[in-house]
Amino acid sequence: MTTAEGQQHPLGIYFKIWGLLFVLSTLSYLVDVLDFQGYLRWSLIVIFMLLKAGLIVAVFMHMVWERLAIVYAILVPTLALMVLLALMALEADYTEFTRLLFFGGGG
Amino acid sequence: MTEADVTHSDIPGDRPDGMEGVIADWASDQRAFKNVPWGKAMMWIFLLSDTFIFSSFLISYMTVRMSTVVSWPNTSEVFALHLFGTDVPLILIAIMTFILISSSGTMVLAVNYGYRRDRKLTTILLIVTALLGASFVGMQAFEWTKLILEGVRPWGNPFGAVQFGSVFFMITGFHGAHVSIGVLFLLIIARKVWRGDYDEGRRGFFTSRKGNYSVVEIMGLYWHFVDLVWVFIFAFFYLW
Repeated sequence: MTTAEGQQHPLGIYFKIWGLLFVLSTLSYLVDVLDFQGYLRWSLIVIFMLLKAGLIVAVFMHMVWERLAIVYAILVPTLALMVLLALMALEADYTEFTRLLFFGGGG
Repeated sequence: MTEADVTHSDIPGDRPDGMEGVIADWASDQRAFKNVPWGKAMMWIFLLSDTFIFSSFLISYMTVRMSTVVSWPNTSEVFALHLFGTDVPLILIAIMTFILISSSGTMVLAVNYGYRRDRKLTTILLIVTALLGASFVGMQAFEWTKLILEGVRPWGNPFGAVQFGSVFFMITGFHGAHVSIGVLFLLIIARKVWRGDYDEGRRGFFTSRKGNYSVVEIMGLYWHFVDLVWVFIFAFFYLW
């Protein structure tokens, strides 16, 4: 074989990402320890979560080095979940509304 | 561009990048994933389906949590441990998070040393990954025991909304099962690397095809996915 086999990259990048994931996990844990509440808490949690998820998929799962044909085939379909998320959020809102209306806080 | 220019060579390095590459690779009568072994493509497709399973769990958790009119238990207190005279919030979950990230780190190194054909280091790193995974499952068993002793059941709990128990056991149970299966397969792959199966091209179990070191990378994809799912569970279930 003339081309390099599989996904081979310098080890340094893995150690850097490993460290970054530790830092991000510590930060998201600190959100709880420091007892942030409300929108500050939720936005920080989501930011750290997305950064961690992105680093794992991009570097550890080698997505940045793959051809776009497979990157799109795997990542684009997950966007369909956003539709389910929106539908279920609407549904949950409605369920809560009817429970408050008919059970008066007892459901 | 003329018609003839649309034909591309089949050597991965010679093919166009970007959107033109996507169209060229997905054009008819050829394999779409040029430099991806079939096993890796199938693992990715399996992981995509698993993403939908875990997302459905997390979205149903959102639905029950949004719609209940009873207050949701404070996970920070429920998962606190009494250490050194004080209650440390979520400490076990934090430790589990760091353990799983570290196992992802050793896994990615195993993939790298596998392609370098360093059998000894690959085997050691795979076994370390498996041990970290097993300790994660052990801590989860401890956490389940603690909560069950405190009276948490799928149909109720002493802390608040009844849905808390069912969501907890369903989501962490499904994730724990994934980790356990991963540990099992890590040990199987570690044994095969150690024996030199991927150097000799010995035929494997499951498929009886000749394996090579891309098997370690495919195993790695599964293991990183387990870590990835935990990132979302940690954020949405434990921290939210």
